[in-house]
Amino acid sequence: MRKRKFEELFFRVLMILATIIVSGSFFLIVGTIFFKGLPYMNWDMITKTPGGGFYIGKEGGILNAIIGSFYVAGGATVLGLIISIPVAIFINLYMDGKRFLSNTIRMAFDVLFGIPSIVYGAFGFLIMVYFGIRASLLGGIIAVTLLVIPILVRTLDEVIRTVPFELRDATLSLGATRWETAKVVLRQIRPGIFTAILLYFGRAIGDVASVLFTAGFSDNIPTSLHEPAATLPLAIFFQLGSPVEEVQGRGYASALILTIIVLIITVLADILIKKFSKHKI
Amino acid sequence: MNFRLLKDKILSKLMLVFTLASVSLLLVIGIGLYYKSVPIIQRLGWTELITTSVWKPLKGLFGFFPFIMGTLWVTAIAIIIALPLCLLTALYIVEYAPARIKRILTPFVNLLSGIPPVIFGVWGVLFIIPLIQANIAPHFVEFSTGYSVLAGGIVLAVMIFPLIVSIISEVLRTIPQELKDASLALGATKWETIKKVILRKALPGIVAATVLAISRAFGETIAVLMVCGNNAVVPHSVFDTGYPLPALIANNYGEMLSIPSYDSALMFAALLLFIIILLFNIISRVILARLERRLAA
Repeated sequence: MRKRKFEELFFRVLMILATIIVSGSFFLIVGTIFFKGLPYMNWDMITKTPGGGFYIGKEGGILNAIIGSFYVAGGATVLGLIISIPVAIFINLYMDGKRFLSNTIRMAFDVLFGIPSIVYGAFGFLIMVYFGIRASLLGGIIAVTLLVIPILVRTLDEVIRTVPFELRDATLSLGATRWETAKVVLRQIRPGIFTAILLYFGRAIGDVASVLFTAGFSDNIPTSLHEPAATLPLAIFFQLGSPVEEVQGRGYASALILTIIVLIITVLADILIKKFSKHKI
Repeated sequence: MNFRLLKDKILSKLMLVFTLASVSLLLVIGIGLYYKSVPIIQRLGWTELITTSVWKPLKGLFGFFPFIMGTLWVTAIAIIIALPLCLLTALYIVEYAPARIKRILTPFVNLLSGIPPVIFGVWGVLFIIPLIQANIAPHFVEFSTGYSVLAGGIVLAVMIFPLIVSIISEVLRTIPQELKDASLALGATKWETIKKVILRKALPGIVAATVLAISRAFGETIAVLMVCGNNAVVPHSVFDTGYPLPALIANNYGEMLSIPSYDSALMFAALLLFIIILLFNIISRVILARLERRLAA
């Protein structure tokens, strides 16, 4: 009897310890980045582009990379939405009675979601070579769009599935076409779309393996789609590889900036989810 | 009236095209990568590419064995660390934790999954590497810089925490309350119920989560690249450096067009990753879909 009680206690303690480690690792990471990055933070970092000799420790900032990242992630999210909203609607509203087919398509997107970003990067590079596009903002946007489509489709799909069937049936029985029904459903899930946008914007901004081949790098803020664009994760990676201590420090500060951006986006999305799920029918 | 129907028809065709195009991405990626790696496959053949370990691009020698082993080591370490921790965490969150603690804990798992890979890499360099160099390695080997497959494994383990915890939690929630009640009513303790009822019932789901986590770990690039040391040698202990496949691709994209067959070799690496991950993903998705259907029935 006592052995059983002891076993219970032992595993309960083990579980609590594991939970502390798993959820504590978040604080450990963010704490480390803050601790190392904060001393190198200053206004120049986020308001200036790299000056001459920036990479040997002279002055400047990483505004080029911040703006570049927002361009790439923004472009990819918009392009991704344009493609994935119709796909999500099609799977849910136009494929009635074809359960097997729609489930197979869902699975294909799940599998696509599992393909690592480096493969998307390599594939994006192949596309660029094929069409003769050089490493540029456009190339980066294409690669990241491919990366976010599967996740966007699956998220929107899940959101659409939360819309009650009765609503669709009611619209259809009033004589609406499927497209008109789709418009009603889209209105219902608008909050869900916003959250999806935020979440995948955050993901797109932090991904590096896909833009490595495709977006290039530049010290200037890109002014057209055909210019190479710096991205924040890549800037961090390059600066960290430098032997100069000052530059490495700036790498830590850049990591801090990226962490803060991503955390703000994630928390915002979380708040939105909570807010909207309160008023759902 | 006709116009409305026409509009519906046209839009439906348009959406069908979008859907087919994005689904066929899976095929197109595979074919594209294969097409690009044909030259090297024809020259050296699959077996030689995969089983030899001499990597001298300038001499036209491409042996992927060290990179495959590097990937396997890092992935295995990550899973060995992450799986028990995540299983225990998921069990605690679903079976034990009071609602209040559950509410506090879940956001952290979400936040962790939102952190970009490169940040994990920076954390690895700043925290894990010094830790291994100063505190762990000296007990086992004479000298280590800290850059090792162990460092890669630890960083990867933390990266896949959220994935495993969330999937296993989902699976645990599908287990019928009646089963647990029956076990508890027979006088079993909570842990005995977990051990003999819940875990047995959840096993397929846990396997699926593991397979999915393995495939995620396989493809992770930048964080691993930053902490593994990147030496094209087969690792023999956890303190050896390793050079996983994704890191190989990422590190050499710059010179890939200037050395003959190099681009083909790197695309072959991408193809290898693609095939392995595709298989793993399909396996785990099939298991998970089956579980979902069982729940719905």
